[in-house]
Amino acid sequence: MKGIKFILAGILFGIVMSKSEAISWFRIQEMFRFQAFHMYGIIGTAVVLGVIAVALIKKFNLRDYQGNPIVFQPKEKSVPRYLIGGTIFGLGWALTGACPGPLFVNLGHAYWAFLVAVGGAIAGTYFYGLIKDRLPH
Amino acid sequence: MLEILKQPWPWYTSGAVIAFIMVLLLFFGKSFGFSSNLRVICAACGAGKTAKFFDFDWRSQTWNLLFLVGAVAGGYISAEFLAGEEAVQISQATVNDLAQLGISAPDGLQPEEIFSLEALFSLKGFLLLLIGGFLIGFGSRYAGGCTSGHAISGLSNLQLPSLIAVVGFFIGGLLMTHLLLPLIF
Repeated sequence: MKGIKFILAGILFGIVMSKSEAISWFRIQEMFRFQAFHMYGIIGTAVVLGVIAVALIKKFNLRDYQGNPIVFQPKEKSVPRYLIGGTIFGLGWALTGACPGPLFVNLGHAYWAFLVAVGGAIAGTYFYGLIKDRLPH
Repeated sequence: MLEILKQPWPWYTSGAVIAFIMVLLLFFGKSFGFSSNLRVICAACGAGKTAKFFDFDWRSQTWNLLFLVGAVAGGYISAEFLAGEEAVQISQATVNDLAQLGISAPDGLQPEEIFSLEALFSLKGFLLLLIGGFLIGFGSRYAGGCTSGHAISGLSNLQLPSLIAVVGFFIGGLLMTHLLLPLIF
């Protein structure tokens, strides 16, 4: 069963997001009100360690478990899509107190109301796919 | 050991584990980005017939759906076996601000005023979650990623586009928190 490692990684993700309260609407409100360091600490630690890890992977040309080189796809250069898309995302993030991962982790906590938000997120993704070519990118 | 795990985990533990998950996925030959799953779900439901954005080999992304299933299971394990006694310990300043919106201090992980089934079955509560979710799905695909894809994976690779996206996340988040939420509640 090759897929089991992804399930295990997901379980670790669900647990850590739960136990550090990053899936809580309250914590996201606290973050957007700059009233605690907690969420900044989480994201900041992850980014600092992530930068170091990615630099080391590149420096030593490390390979994945199958022996293939680990390649990083550079994000395509643009401003409007990231700024406008990001802002729309941020509106939803602060309203529901969850980004896509926590939307699903909350279902594990039996907060069934998040099913409506998940339905909305799938609909929003579909709508983007429909009108994509008419948007500035 | 279990008693320690049941406490809320400090931010540095969480940050380190999230970085570990990102690196783990790189060594699995994949890239950490959760919102891609929403596109994969659309494609798996046959959206490729109506929009070519969804016409791709979604089965190659099955690994990410498995990660999603794991994330739900991780939430269940936390709630069932690792749950502490305490409500979320947010700052008093936030408690005071939210009281003005009519949201009571934390009793559990989420505010009852938004996520209880009573709230969900009111028109306002239902629309709030539906529209919130819609903005997340639309915005993350438009921006090409969410918190995991841009703020974690992208910033770790020093990508300027990801920094612009994260600035956008905060513009939207601050607008919602400070301008729109007082109008909604």
